[in-house]
Amino acid sequence: MSSLRAMSLARIRRGDWLTPRVAVNAVLLAVLALVPFYASLTSDPFLVTLFTRVLILALAALSLNLIMGFGGMVSLGHAAYLGIGGYAVGILAKEGIGSGFVQWPVAVAASALYALAVGALSLRTRGFYFIMITLAFAQMIYYVASGLDRYGGDDGLTIYRRSRFGAFVDLDNKTQFYYLCFALLLAGIYLVWRIVNSRFGLVIRGARSNERRMRAIGFPTFRYKLVCFVIAGAMCGLAGALLANHTNFISPAMMHWTRSGDLIVMAVLGGMHAMFGPLIGAMTFLLLEEALSHVTDYPDLILGPLLLLVAIYLHGGIGGLIGARRG
Amino acid sequence: MLYFIEQFLNGIQLGMLLFLLAAGLTLIFGIMDLMNLAHGSLYMIGAYFGATFAAWTGSFVLGALLALIATLAVGMALEVIAIRRLYGRDHLDHVLGTFGLLLFFDELVRLVWGPAGLTLSLPSEMLNAVQILPGLYYPVYRLVIIGVTLAVALALYLLVMRTRLGMLIRAGASNREMVGALGVNIKLLYTLVFGLGAALAGFAGLMQAPILTVQIGMGENILILAFVVIVIGGVGSIRGAFVAALFVGLVDTVGRAFLPDLLHDYLSANAAATLAPALSSMMIYLLMALVLVVRPEGLFPAAGK
Amino acid sequence: MAENLLEIEVLTKRFGGVIASDAISLDIPAGELHAIIGPNGAGKTTLIGQLTGEIAPDAGRIRFASRDITALPVYRRSRLGLARSFQISSLFADFTALDNVALAVQAHAGHSFRFWRDARSEAALREPARAALASAGLAARADTLAADLSHGERRQLEIAMALAGRPRLLLLDEPMAGMGFEESTRLVETLRQLKGSLTVLLIEHDMDAVFALADRISVLVYGRVIASGEAAAIRADPAVRQAYLGETAYLGESGGASQGAADG
Repeated sequence: MSSLRAMSLARIRRGDWLTPRVAVNAVLLAVLALVPFYASLTSDPFLVTLFTRVLILALAALSLNLIMGFGGMVSLGHAAYLGIGGYAVGILAKEGIGSGFVQWPVAVAASALYALAVGALSLRTRGFYFIMITLAFAQMIYYVASGLDRYGGDDGLTIYRRSRFGAFVDLDNKTQFYYLCFALLLAGIYLVWRIVNSRFGLVIRGARSNERRMRAIGFPTFRYKLVCFVIAGAMCGLAGALLANHTNFISPAMMHWTRSGDLIVMAVLGGMHAMFGPLIGAMTFLLLEEALSHVTDYPDLILGPLLLLVAIYLHGGIGGLIGARRG
Repeated sequence: MLYFIEQFLNGIQLGMLLFLLAAGLTLIFGIMDLMNLAHGSLYMIGAYFGATFAAWTGSFVLGALLALIATLAVGMALEVIAIRRLYGRDHLDHVLGTFGLLLFFDELVRLVWGPAGLTLSLPSEMLNAVQILPGLYYPVYRLVIIGVTLAVALALYLLVMRTRLGMLIRAGASNREMVGALGVNIKLLYTLVFGLGAALAGFAGLMQAPILTVQIGMGENILILAFVVIVIGGVGSIRGAFVAALFVGLVDTVGRAFLPDLLHDYLSANAAATLAPALSSMMIYLLMALVLVVRPEGLFPAAGK
Repeated sequence: MAENLLEIEVLTKRFGGVIASDAISLDIPAGELHAIIGPNGAGKTTLIGQLTGEIAPDAGRIRFASRDITALPVYRRSRLGLARSFQISSLFADFTALDNVALAVQAHAGHSFRFWRDARSEAALREPARAALASAGLAARADTLAADLSHGERRQLEIAMALAGRPRLLLLDEPMAGMGFEESTRLVETLRQLKGSLTVLLIEHDMDAVFALADRISVLVYGRVIASGEAAAIRADPAVRQAYLGETAYLGESGGASQGAADG
């Protein structure tokens, strides 16, 4: 057992692990766990709806942060996987296949496949070109969806029955669906945490830090980045399946590039080097949007400049405010 | 055949509009290294100003001129107030900041002009179609667009290649720090370049207003095409933007016109009907993917940097 | 006679009208410490670039351990045992010194498609990394971010990373650049101890180090090797003196009788 292990154990015993960051995260989790209870107490079911959306988009933002925050791959086309996942559910539902056990794996697999194709082509570019090509491929699938008359085209398609999971969980039950999304998000966060600290994760983070050096010491960075890209796409595809169920509706708008912009905002806002960053960012963004819409008929008049200010002054996002983390 | 020529001309016209947008974008990116997602907003503002001023003054030309000046002013003000604080930053900060501006402008337009779009009617002379070939009638206004935008392209070429300002622009595109070190007022140069880009975008917006749309969010979709043009043409290169814009405009227009028929010849009616609209839209992106595979820097990458 | 570890055959590279590498041919036997010197602009960096695989030559071949590596990508050559250090430190700035070296170890420790286990707790990666840091004199700085290291420490880290992968051939691109006297001396000592156990191609301007360490020296001027041999021969070579060492008067018979000879 290395001395490193002993050191971390010692740290835990001394209570040094209770940093501001950990405290905030714990409170956040507690609050989120209690939302359905609070909602039933105040007879406000909308609260559950709102926070379910937060959880789902947090999962999407988490997947984006894997490639963007840790991998340095800024993708302006990530919403494409929300769409692909959602359309997988919607199309199968329309064609009479209502079982979630079929729909959701298809959603994930289809997203992974598209990510493989897009990644193979775009990861050979960098910087501006990479952003552009991911954007273009997302728009491409947006137009494909718009052209699918059978599945609603531009107007979209209603999903009359949510994914069936037999006796396991009833997605029509708001509370059950909420906790399912919560569980999946937590699983996602845990998975990302393990990936990011694994050998694979270090390669991805090293490639972001200095790709030239990574190749010089012997890493074939392209294939690692591609695998990371596919994992992120697959995770976002799952979020898409959740989203389609949540809204009982799919439309090309799910994958318009401005939705990808929203995801980037969430990831940056919450702090890109923190595990809980995407969740914090999604919550901040969506709750802010919601609050502003109560205050004014023109919420973006405030939200827009706010994003600009964050871009100019708040480099680490809000997460950066509660303690920056290195590497 | 006549139909082909008509679509060909439409393609040229779209290409020229794309060029105006792409030229500004590629200049701004080449010189200030700034990714501007709000460039489409300037295009939209130009269209809205155009429609509004044309209605006020009763004259299309006068309205267009006023709109051009107004968009230039908005562009330069935007640069001074907001854009210049993003220089030198990560592209991610650019994406975030200009995305915020995009949301802001969409909402601002909705506040000032309402959610429904505007219409801009043409002066009666322009409503006619003129016979350019036996049997082929082509709308006058579309010819005007082609002509005027070509003139602007020429003026831009002269500006960049033959004037001192243009020389500074080309130098800045090659080596930013050097130009600053030579004592040139970089801040003013950047403001002018951004203003120029804004004016070009606004001009494109108001020119297409009578035949296409004036509505919120109109900038978003065409911005993507402009980005595709830059990727194909090579970032920082105006010549590349010109060639690529024409190319993209032609492929998109002619492709959309002829692909359905082509599909019908080879596939069943059902399959063709389903695939045609999707494939037509996809063509541009497939083209871009092809260029990126063969020549990642674009067709005419700007030298240096 | 040791086998040639590196064989460079007629390597040529042009950039526009400029010839950066002019039919360079060089054989380096295993275990040799071979120095390459030459004025700035001689094409030394281009040569390294072609050896590592970042620049594709226009003509010529490169053989490493009898294997033609001319078409191999950068990472493959590293895997085969060809390591380099960079002229301008190229580190992972937001990682600690230990993390930096551990990554270099990881690159040569099988594949990295492991998604679960915490890599920072893998003794197989951390122990060799600590050892490499210790021999570079950076043991105390293991947990310092690379960005926070001093210039000299960064240069040391550069070398440590190159050595961490247990290379057979070490390409050092001006490792002494910007180093103070103490640090240079230390590095010379490190390299001296490596002699024999691995092959080194050293590009340097620091003539003291070069003449102290090199088994053989090649002189590169305008992309061409104008002289190649043992230190004494190079020192005395008139063409070398004229081109590189600053001698303006062309020497005739004996090299030692020249006036105003720049020494060292």
